[in-house]
Amino acid sequence: MLEKHSKSKKKKIVLKAPSVLRADCFRVLDESNRPNEKVEPKLSKEVLLKMYRNMIATRLFDERGMLLQRQGRIGFYVPSFGQEAIQIGTSAALKQNDWIFPSYREPGVFISRGASLFEMLCNLWGNQSDVCKGRQMPVHYSFSDLRLFSVSSPIATQVIQAVGASLASKNRKEKDVAITYFGDGGTSENDFHTGLTFAGAMKTPTIFICTNNGYAISVPTQKQTGAHRMVDKAIGYGMPGVAVDGNDILAVYAATQEAVDRARRGEGPTLIECVTLRMGPHSSSDDPTRYRDAQVYEAWAKRDPIQRFRQYLEGKKLWDSKKQEALEAELKATLAEAVEKAEKEPVPNLDTLFEDVYAELTPQLKRQKAQLLAEQELRGKFENTSEAFPL
Amino acid sequence: MANLTLVQAVRDALMTEMALDPRVVLMGEDVGLNGGVFRATEGLQKEFGEGRVMDTPLAESGIIGLALGMSVNGMRPVPEIQFMDFIYPAFDQIVSEVAKLRYRSGGGFTCPMVIRTPYGGGIKGGHYHSQSTEAYFAHTAGLKVVIPSNPYDAKGLLIASIRDEDPVLFMEPKRLYRSVKGEVPEEAYTVEIGKAQVVRPGKDVTLIAWGAMVPVCLKAAELCEPRGADCEVIDLRTLVPLDEETILESVRKTGRVVIVHEAQKTCGFGAEISALISEEAILSLEAPIMRVTGLDTPFPYTLEHIYLPDPERVALAVGKVTQF
Repeated sequence: MLEKHSKSKKKKIVLKAPSVLRADCFRVLDESNRPNEKVEPKLSKEVLLKMYRNMIATRLFDERGMLLQRQGRIGFYVPSFGQEAIQIGTSAALKQNDWIFPSYREPGVFISRGASLFEMLCNLWGNQSDVCKGRQMPVHYSFSDLRLFSVSSPIATQVIQAVGASLASKNRKEKDVAITYFGDGGTSENDFHTGLTFAGAMKTPTIFICTNNGYAISVPTQKQTGAHRMVDKAIGYGMPGVAVDGNDILAVYAATQEAVDRARRGEGPTLIECVTLRMGPHSSSDDPTRYRDAQVYEAWAKRDPIQRFRQYLEGKKLWDSKKQEALEAELKATLAEAVEKAEKEPVPNLDTLFEDVYAELTPQLKRQKAQLLAEQELRGKFENTSEAFPL
Repeated sequence: MANLTLVQAVRDALMTEMALDPRVVLMGEDVGLNGGVFRATEGLQKEFGEGRVMDTPLAESGIIGLALGMSVNGMRPVPEIQFMDFIYPAFDQIVSEVAKLRYRSGGGFTCPMVIRTPYGGGIKGGHYHSQSTEAYFAHTAGLKVVIPSNPYDAKGLLIASIRDEDPVLFMEPKRLYRSVKGEVPEEAYTVEIGKAQVVRPGKDVTLIAWGAMVPVCLKAAELCEPRGADCEVIDLRTLVPLDEETILESVRKTGRVVIVHEAQKTCGFGAEISALISEEAILSLEAPIMRVTGLDTPFPYTLEHIYLPDPERVALAVGKVTQF
């Protein structure tokens, strides 16, 4: 499939209905959400339902995250609306031991891997039970025991790091692969270029997922690069590439599975371009109506990846409204409980400011810590006197 | 014991630690087949194989990002940046990723590694093969900065850096690579990170230096001795974490301080040491703290010997603080 579709410019794809999607994208579902049986992945009922469940869980988590921010209960949020198929479809092709180097717009990847909702929510508050001890903005999750790498704000830094992690596995003759996520904007960054250069030269077992959601904050993809397709960049780095319909979870899954299999066989890296549209704002601080084409948005809204997958499942008699209601009720209740618990957690202790800079406190940090704690003791004493300094 | 140059001691440390610890891997430009442009990794690829001594594509940020990923996945990388002047493409990976990882992940992820890089002037390297920009990195929480000045320390500090649980920027004074020789034990040993050394005891003036400026200060001390100024010379060996006690103990004894570094004066690490002494030992001072440094200019080619502090400039500063 990879080889075939990397040359797909020459191939004519006949669509049942006109689509806003680029014609070269690999797809399993057509515009009426019927599967192409020739390329439909053979997944068990359990796996399909688990994928659907994770999509809904991700959508609800994002909705809740935005709501919490709008209510002033958390400071910031980054939603992934419309990108659920990419997150869950890629995750479903991985084994639990594979390394994941995400960007900041992949809550669904964390949910699929089994990260605790409570701990993810604690990260949104930066509280005492936040794995990161309140040191990063919201959505910068990190789960070392799940091989879910710490999220960074600078763009695409994780791309080359994933190559390093997969090289370590390769050199030890282990079968783990590394997957890394970045956006269309990320492909302009230095670390995208070094990452794919190194991976191509070293033939590392790395899967590069480019979520081409049309925008880097406000800058559209056509202003980001002169390349018509992100996937074309793969050629320059000496690796196969495939463009897929990012709103078709089955296509995303199939493409990723093939790339993962290749990587495990020692055949090197793959670039997968998942074409979609970012349906939400860049972040809670952003207003996409300032720059987004309303017509394009409406066209993509009709291709909601969750609705499309739901129709597919309903076609297979695996899903219905009753099941939908029950699932949403269950997930909402779990989420509400976790939110309630996370919001009550206290802020981290002041001591934590000094921990984890180094493995041990340096003499300088010890002194700064003692000074800070002493200053804390004196806080508020200026108000009660206008004479001597409270020393 | 073997009588080794500084660059041979670096190679010896890598060889020794690679034999002891299978996690140690080297990567960089020309470090494999060619053994490094300064021969610091000569023969190591032949000894340990291409999987442990890797020639990488020519991209510094890639080298450091790759090392980070390998470290997170259980290896102990020692990436080489061929010249410190070429480190800036990797600045983001070093400052925002390598140095921050332990902190930002709440201690969940760590990436111990040793970034080796030759630095400093005096080899006719011009602007882009001569700079000494330790201050940028000393200004970065989460990173340690280690700089040896002799073959014994080079081996001991490098092994200690490889065994350290935190990332270390290991700056090698390339001007001293082949110009100094010393006895180096054959076995593995460590020199503690964060401990300065009084390399010449004295009672009148404290000279503080690191790397290639240590021999300059020792020469200056010889020039000053017959003129009645007995100089104590401190080799810091580590800038981060700084051995404040050794500095302050010396200053309390001598009351006079000259700080010497190759880097430009403004915001150089000498300013930090000066501030430390002012904060902690101002009543011990008999004279203003002096700095003898490179100039606030880009590093020159033809006149580099004028740019760089030399024993006479240091001795002139000693004269000023003793006659204040």
